Amino acid sequence: MNPTSQRLILPLLLAALLAFPSFGSDFYVELVAKTLVLAIFAMSLDLLVGFTGLVSFGHAAYFGIAAYAVAMITPKYDPASLWLALPAAIIAAGLAAFVIGLFVLRTKGIYFIMVTLAFAQMVFFLFHDTNLGGGSDGVNINFKPDAAIAGWAPFDLNEPGQLYYFIVAALVAVYGVLKLVLRSPFGRVLIGIRSNEHRMLSLGYATFYYKLAAFTLAGALAGVAGFLYAVLSGFVTPELLAWHQSGNVLLMVILGGMGNLVGAIAGAFAFTAMQEAFGAWTKHWQLAMGLAIVAAVLFLPGGLSAIPARLKRAMTGEEK
Amino acid sequence: MDFYSFLIQSLNALQYGLLLFLVASGLTLVFGIMGIINLAHGSFYMIGAYLAFALTSLTGNFFVAILLGIPLALAFGAALEALLFAHLYKRDHLEQVLLTYGLILIFEEVRSLLLGDDVHGIPVPEIFAASIPLNDTLSYPVYRLVISAVCIVLAVGLYWLIQRTRLGMMIRAGSHDRDMVQSLGIDINRIYRTVFALGVALAALAGMLAAPISSVFPGMGSQVLIISFVIVVIGGIGSVWGALIAALIIGFADTFGKVLLPDFAGLIVYLVMAVVLLWRPEGILKKG
Amino acid sequence: MKTTLKGFTRHVLLAAAALGAAGLAHAQEKVKVGLMLPYTGTYASLGNAITNGFKQFVSENGGKLGGREVEYFVVDDESDPAKATENAKKLIKRDNVDVLVGTVHSGVALAMSKVARENKTLMIVPNAGADELTGPLCDANLFRTSFSMWQPSYAMGKVMAAKGHKKVVTLTWKYAGGQQAVDGFKEAFEKGGGKVLKDMTLPFPNVEFQPFLTEIAALKPDAVYVFFAGGGAAKFAKDYAAAGLKNSIPLYASGFLTDGTIDAMGEASQGLLTTLHYGDGLDSAKNNAFRLNYAKSYKAQPDVYAVQGYDAAQAFNVGLTAVKGDTSKRAELIKAMETAKIDSPRGPFTFSKAHNPVQNIYLRKVEGRENKVIDTPEKSLADPARGCKL
Repeated sequence: MNPTSQRLILPLLLAALLAFPSFGSDFYVELVAKTLVLAIFAMSLDLLVGFTGLVSFGHAAYFGIAAYAVAMITPKYDPASLWLALPAAIIAAGLAAFVIGLFVLRTKGIYFIMVTLAFAQMVFFLFHDTNLGGGSDGVNINFKPDAAIAGWAPFDLNEPGQLYYFIVAALVAVYGVLKLVLRSPFGRVLIGIRSNEHRMLSLGYATFYYKLAAFTLAGALAGVAGFLYAVLSGFVTPELLAWHQSGNVLLMVILGGMGNLVGAIAGAFAFTAMQEAFGAWTKHWQLAMGLAIVAAVLFLPGGLSAIPARLKRAMTGEEK
Repeated sequence: MDFYSFLIQSLNALQYGLLLFLVASGLTLVFGIMGIINLAHGSFYMIGAYLAFALTSLTGNFFVAILLGIPLALAFGAALEALLFAHLYKRDHLEQVLLTYGLILIFEEVRSLLLGDDVHGIPVPEIFAASIPLNDTLSYPVYRLVISAVCIVLAVGLYWLIQRTRLGMMIRAGSHDRDMVQSLGIDINRIYRTVFALGVALAALAGMLAAPISSVFPGMGSQVLIISFVIVVIGGIGSVWGALIAALIIGFADTFGKVLLPDFAGLIVYLVMAVVLLWRPEGILKKG
Repeated sequence: MKTTLKGFTRHVLLAAAALGAAGLAHAQEKVKVGLMLPYTGTYASLGNAITNGFKQFVSENGGKLGGREVEYFVVDDESDPAKATENAKKLIKRDNVDVLVGTVHSGVALAMSKVARENKTLMIVPNAGADELTGPLCDANLFRTSFSMWQPSYAMGKVMAAKGHKKVVTLTWKYAGGQQAVDGFKEAFEKGGGKVLKDMTLPFPNVEFQPFLTEIAALKPDAVYVFFAGGGAAKFAKDYAAAGLKNSIPLYASGFLTDGTIDAMGEASQGLLTTLHYGDGLDSAKNNAFRLNYAKSYKAQPDVYAVQGYDAAQAFNVGLTAVKGDTSKRAELIKAMETAKIDSPRGPFTFSKAHNPVQNIYLRKVEGRENKVIDTPEKSLADPARGCKL
């Protein structure tokens, strides 16, 4: 996708998202809301995988930590304040990413993939085996956070419609933050690290600290998604941190095409759509899902965002 | 824990570690030599167990089932390599993760379609069905000791194959520089196919051997998958000895963790991995 | 690639069209039943048995419930609590089902019940035994046709105390289900004068039992009580026997240990004593007819899960018949279910105030390939429903 067509398409997409609740039924509004949460999650991972060249196979840990932070901060019989819960969730996820990043960023390549997985598994078992957050049975969040500031409530997250727009706003905000970061000198260093870390090192950049900052930021943004997920579903379980979840979000990023924020959003939508379509189609939907994934890897290198370019090549009759 | 219990628990740890080694050995070969991250490795373990169940029901003899099962697993591995994995060598690890993740879903569903979702058992073969008394209440099943012995034999055999044979030499060379080996006129594709088939067969063999003690049930592959990766990474990717040492470490950590710190048993294994990798970022023994 | 994609799209469109048409044409007559059960993963066979049982009652009832034809909406819950809320909403909000039936996994059922409560949807639990469902989380719109964890384990505590066992070790997976089973067992066992030496747990679904068997041998209790199910249950019984413990320290369990796992356990299963609300060889006209029909329809022997699915359909039918198929009369429908006597293959049962079955708990012994009922230690046992305000 070239920049001009993106500039045209993005406002259209946003308009469609904003208008959707007036057409879709409750169920589909919520489904889209969930998909948008996953899209935020996928974008946060894309910062690492697509832009910095760090393949994290444990990104669900930060998503889950934020979700658990909401569960822990919400009292049993009262809502928590949004203005406390949201920053707390983001900071918890970002802090975890910072600490884990200190360790995992010492490794490279395959080892990085595996070590991020190992740390995520540690966090998974921490919540799964101890009574910290309800153990393997998970924990309910009985009240959605309260948006009131000194008695005045600008909006109410208990209203599905308002929660939906809150999530759309979060998506736009995260997209904006990532765009700004990527355009900044900092972002250019990250992209430089992806293409050749040695060169960046010899140019005098302390790449470790750049990678650590990216890892922390990605964790914090995954925390935004985790927060929204917890608020939306009202139920948090260790499965949110399981390696399958890390695999799913990687799938979204790759499906959409790495290093492309809009692609990550598209990947999240494609993933949800596949799940829904196959689930409605057959009891053995996982077979269809598996076949689709294998086919996507074999026949669709570059992901969904590469399709326009491929189509164009096909139409102009160019060879690969 | 008195000294006697400690000894028995050590025996448990040793036996568990050796079984883990058998599962992980195939993974470390494929991972280290071919550079493929194969998430479907646990599925091969599951397929092995179901193969043992199906073939034992057909032939009525567990040993015949294993003798038939090994060539089947080798052929299956070779076919998979030719059809799918051969396309992946030049792709990055991400796409390998993805494709093999898709394969897990496919294998589980095909298993469900063909053989259903019931739990099955295979009796321990008659000649190994006895138990050795350890004290007045506890005895140790002979079959578990047999599995341990098989694992040790296989470990030695694998080491010999890779370090001492011509095939092993080519494999080692191929893992360092694919193109160079190719230019020496060695058919690297065939070597890779052999290695992959061997990896699948090792996992399937582990599943077949474990079937009589573990039962055969859906999802059994995913229980061993992640732990196998932990072992491979701790041991050093591609190192058979490393995998053996790592598997024993994990066996001990898990066994004593369960007894002494039940709340943190699941976590300990990954803690060990993190500590080892901080100490040696490329695993205990580097590739070679 | 292109053709398969096209073919696939056509499938989806056809399916969607078929669903849409069905929805339009029969919106007035058909009653919508949402089945949210596991069809993949460890519990897939349980989900299938429940579905079979449910459909068997419907077909015995002339393909109808409360005089209305039945339309099924099926969702695979994968036994994944993380997806439970969304799956339940799919059936309740998208498909507008009249009754939500599910599920096996307690964590998933708890999340489902929350969605059902928020939307005031009638829900029937055909397996999940979490005590909370008919305890602190009980609800007018929520019924259970299976059991509470407390029921079979309490009965087992009584049985073991009566057998004169004084010192016992317990072992289970560390999750709410296992914890509640052990609690129920302890309550009765300690009341009967017994003492629990040690409660041991291992993370779910870990199946490396060897260290625990060594611990048990070192503690030398009079008996062992465990709660395990499925593949893990089969492995445990085999390991227990292979370690030579079966001959020296008797093993007791809630019935799930030996349901659907006897074949897998082989010799190790023989003689095991368990307690449950169903068993083989229950010689009643109802049970015999049920087993015969089930075997004919599905070419398989029914198990306790099939019974629970069957009774879920029965219970709903009672309510729906009482209001002549008019689901809008919810209060009367519930009233009819509350006062009904369900003629179950397990023996007749009624619902407690908290909507859990008041039922017999049987002591069963594994003989051959059957869980033979040898005694009825608790007749019409009601769950204490602690924390329920109904």
